[in-house]
Order: sequence, then structure tokens, then C-alpha cells
Amino acid sequence: MAGSTLASRSAEPLLAEPVLSEPLTAEPVLAEPSAALPLAKPVPPSAGTWRRFRRHPLAVASAVLLALVVVAVLAGPLVWPLAIDDIDFAAQLQGPSWAHPFGTDDLGQDLLARMIYGGRISLAVGFAAMLVATFVGIVIGSLAGMSRKLVDPILMWVTDLFLSLPQLPLLLLVIYLFRDKLKEVFGVEGGVFVMIVAVIGGLRWMPVARLVRAQFLTIREKEFVDAARSVGATWWSQVVGEILPNALGPVIVAGTIEVSAAIIAESTLSFLGLGFPPDIPTWGRILFDAKDHLDVAANWAFFPGAAIFLTVLSINFVGDGLRDALDPRSMS
Amino acid sequence: MATYLTRRLLIAIPSLLGISLILFVVLALAPGDPFGELASNPNIPPEVRLALRAKFGIDDPIMVRYLHWLVAMARGDWGFSFASRIDVDTLILQRVPTTLFVVGSSQILALLVAVPIGIYAGVRPYSVFDQIANTLAFVGFSLPTFFTGLLLILLFSIKLDWLPFVYQADIQATGWRWVWETIRQAIMPVAVLGFFQAASYTRYVRASVLDVARLDYVKTARAKGVVERGVVLRHVTRNALIPVVTLVALQMPAVFGGAIVTEQIFRVPGIGSLLITAMLANDTPVVMAVTFVFAVLVVAFNLVADLLYGWLDPRIAFR
Repeated sequence: MAGSTLASRSAEPLLAEPVLSEPLTAEPVLAEPSAALPLAKPVPPSAGTWRRFRRHPLAVASAVLLALVVVAVLAGPLVWPLAIDDIDFAAQLQGPSWAHPFGTDDLGQDLLARMIYGGRISLAVGFAAMLVATFVGIVIGSLAGMSRKLVDPILMWVTDLFLSLPQLPLLLLVIYLFRDKLKEVFGVEGGVFVMIVAVIGGLRWMPVARLVRAQFLTIREKEFVDAARSVGATWWSQVVGEILPNALGPVIVAGTIEVSAAIIAESTLSFLGLGFPPDIPTWGRILFDAKDHLDVAANWAFFPGAAIFLTVLSINFVGDGLRDALDPRSMS
Repeated sequence: MATYLTRRLLIAIPSLLGISLILFVVLALAPGDPFGELASNPNIPPEVRLALRAKFGIDDPIMVRYLHWLVAMARGDWGFSFASRIDVDTLILQRVPTTLFVVGSSQILALLVAVPIGIYAGVRPYSVFDQIANTLAFVGFSLPTFFTGLLLILLFSIKLDWLPFVYQADIQATGWRWVWETIRQAIMPVAVLGFFQAASYTRYVRASVLDVARLDYVKTARAKGVVERGVVLRHVTRNALIPVVTLVALQMPAVFGGAIVTEQIFRVPGIGSLLITAMLANDTPVVMAVTFVFAVLVVAFNLVADLLYGWLDPRIAFR
């Protein structure tokens, strides 16, 4: 009975008996809903996921590159202890050299040190904005996907509305209007950070919400959810314990893409001069400062641009690899 | 077809209202004061400032202000630019054609690149061509437009000195020379925007072709002896383009966002650079109007996509 309609987890070809896996994971949940979360863990069998991920050489190379970037921005100051605001007019606008591997800017500040510091902010913004967007997306998507009445069409109308909003103009508008207020509340660095994360996150939840809703619409009709409902699982434990763990695969992939989109969005804002202030040299901000000196110091613009590009590229490739690895049916 | 069009138009109106409401609420919640500059000006007594506030209804309840604003926008009365000292609608109308020209040409370029490559890659999945195209597509949409823009300026304007990097709306030339100058200065902005979009479009086209190519009717076409070229062009492509139209329409907000960046880099005098200038000058009426025009453009392009949809798939128009 259960074998005829495979849930996504039992479509997993690595399990010898896919038919059996479904009642096995569903039954303990019936007895004890609170045990659902630990049991949900083996759902994407990580060994198989890893094995499929390795088949995508570019994704593996990108994962390594991404790890290198993360290690570099976190541990960089230990190896390269120059200050980011060490002004030295004797060494302004220099090209790459042993003293300054990435060169210097118009105030003679060391670009490598600035990029290490700015990289932390850029990556942190990307990651935090992804968390916000994914969280909002999951909440709205689950509410819409579980509703059988008016909530679903209303939420989907709102989602479509947000999808047709011109995002960058709106992002600029919000940031321009609220910047001063938030600076008072959270301080210069914190204010801009909180605002950019909130706005990027708040304007990018729609793809996740649609994805989660689509997953919910199919999964909520599966037998194991029926079973849970029939023994009195509450709305909350149906969503969190039964449906959500099975819907997470595509959400993880979408979340990966969100990180790269958020990094680009932050860099764009900083590049337009409306993001972080000059004393917080995110990669986009360094590019903004560099763009008027292209003729004399091309390296100043080149290194931060290349850093954004390589980070975003590797995140996208990792997302592509995860897509193949988490969903064995779409081998495209 | 006419009823279909009317229905799509009627669906577009609530979204426009919703967008305008969101924009207005954002503006109303903002802490800035449009007459803030007057407060710090010693030549203007506070009574005048208060009278101005009362005259413009700044202290009215938000829904009243929204209705006033909406009615004014609908009547074409878009306000007066604080910074440029001319009517906002005149200012925007001067700028819109440039933006539409750059965005439109870049979309044409993007489709001209993406459709053939996507189809060729889609009918030969996992071939060498497909893998190269796929990798290049990833590179393409991971390269931020502001970085490619700077790289192009560095290469073609500074190193080679072939192309101008400042876009001029009023070129001092006539006849063929004017056409040539216009094309020459548009090459870089259009290329930056076009290739960025082409990258994601290529993936959409490829995925869609891949889906359609394995359907039974394609097999039937081959079995009855249609040449491969005909199968691909007439049977596969037309159906494969239907979902692509939707995806391209969904990209429209991103396209106009990219236009802002490109206009800013190349100093194209379109509405994107107008938006940035107005923000830096605290010119609220212009900021609101430009943001709203962007929203209208997005909705309008979605309508165009709907019409294309009806043309590509006649079943939709009569549903």
C-alpha cells in the first residue's frame, strides 16, 4: 500500500527496501511525537548524498574554494596582521608587491587586510540574509501549504506581489529612508548590518515560500501524514515533525542560492554607495572606492571584484551539486 | 484574445494597487522629513514650515494621504522635483526612453544569445558543447554586473580606447554619425546587462528543451519522418519556449535592478541613475515616482509576457 506512492525519502535508491523505510520512520512518531526530530535525521542518508555530490567535480572544487575563502577571512588577520585603516601616504595607489600583495588604495591602506576584514562582513551578510529569507519563506510556505481555505490564495497573492516588486529600487528606497534611524539604534556598523540583512532577507523569501508550499501540497497527502493525523498529531507536530523534514532538500538548495544572491545584493548596495560606510570595507564598498581610479590602479578594483565573483560562483556550483545530490530523480 | 487581454489587464490592476500601497507605507513609515531642510534654514520662520506641512497634508492619517497620492498619481500629477525644479513627470518622461532603449536592446541580445545556445545544448544533453555552455552560464550569472562593467571600461575605454565610457543623451552629431555614436556608446551597457541575463536564460531554455524533447509527440514527429531540423525548430522549440516566457517575465524585476547598476556605472541618463541621484539629493517625490515607474514597467512587461504566452499556446487564450 505504502509502496505504491513513494514519499520522497523512500524514492532513495540506496536503501535496499524503500517500501519498508516508510512505516519504519513513521511508526515511532505515532507513539511519541517529540521523538520525531532525532528520527528525521537519517532522512537524506548523508553517505549517499555525499557520494552523489562527489560525482560533480566542479561542485567539489567549489566547496574547497569556498572553504578556503571562509578560512582566509576568518584566520587571515593572524597571518596578515596589518591594520585596515593604517594610512600611509608614502605608499598610495601601489600595485601588488611583497609588502602589499593586493596593492594599496588612495590612502595607502593595505588592500589585502581590508579585503580580509570586508570579506567577513560580506559573507556574514550573505549567510544571515539567507537565514532570514529561508525562515520567512518556510513560515509563509508552510502556512500556505497547510491551509485548505482562504489563507493559501491570499498568501500566494502576496508572494506574487512581492515577486513583481522591483527589488533593487525598493531595497535602495528602504535603506535610504531608514538608514539614519537604525544607526541611532544599533550603531553605525550594527545598524547598516541589521538593516541590509533584514531588507535583503525580507525581499528574497518568495522563491523559498513557493517551493515549500509546493512540497507541502504533495507531502501533506501522503499516508504517513494521514497516519500521524489520525492518531491525533497536532498541526504543529504534523508540520515540524512530518512534512518539513521531507520538504527540506529543495529548500537547502534554494538557501544556497540565496546566500550568493544576498552577497551580490549587499555588494550592489555598497557599490552604489548606499550600503556600508567607507570604514567598513566590504568587497562592494572597496569596488565603489576603486571605480574612479581604474586608470591608475586597476588592481584595486580587480581583487575585490574577483573575490565576489569567485565566492558567488563557488556557492552557485555547490548549490548545483547539492541539487543533484539531494534529489536523485533530477539528474539534469 | 480580446477577453483574455482584458482579463489580464484587470488582474494587473490589483497588483499595481498592492505595489503602490507597499511603496507608500514604506515612505510613510520612514523617519525622514521632506521639509527637514527648511527647519535648519534660518531664513524660513517655523510658521511658514508648519503652514507648508498643513498645505501638503503631511500630518493627515496615512490612508487619507495614500488616497490623495494615488489619485494624484492616476491623474498624472506626480509632483515637483525639489532638486531639479521641474515637474516629476517631465523629468521622468525625459529619462524613460533611454532606459527602455538600453534594457530593451539588452533583452534582445540576451534572447539572441540564450535561445540558440539553450536549444543546441538541450537537444544534446551532457555533450561537450552542453557542458561548456553550462559552465559559462554559471560564470555568467555569477559575475556581478558592476564588476563586468568595470572590467569592460578598463579594457575597452582605458586600455584600448575604443569605446566611450560616459553615455551622452545629446550627441553633437547628425545623420549616420549620430546613429553610429549612439550604437557605440550603448555597446558596453547593453553587453553587460545582456550577457548577464543571457546566462540565466540559457539555463531556462536548456532545461525546458530537455523536458519537451522526451515527450511522445516529438518521437511521433521523428517516426513519421520529419527531418531533425524541423523536429527541433517546429515541434520542440515552440513548446519549450512557453515556460521560458514565464521565467523571463519573473526576471523582469532583476533586469530593471541590473539597469540601475549599469546606468550608474556608465552614467547612462536613464531613470535608474535618476533614482540614485534623487536619493542622494533627498528628492522624495522623484524617488517615489521612479520606484513606482519601475513597478509599472515590471507589471507592463509581465502583461507582454502574458500576451506572448497566449500567442505561443493558443489553448491559454481561450480558457
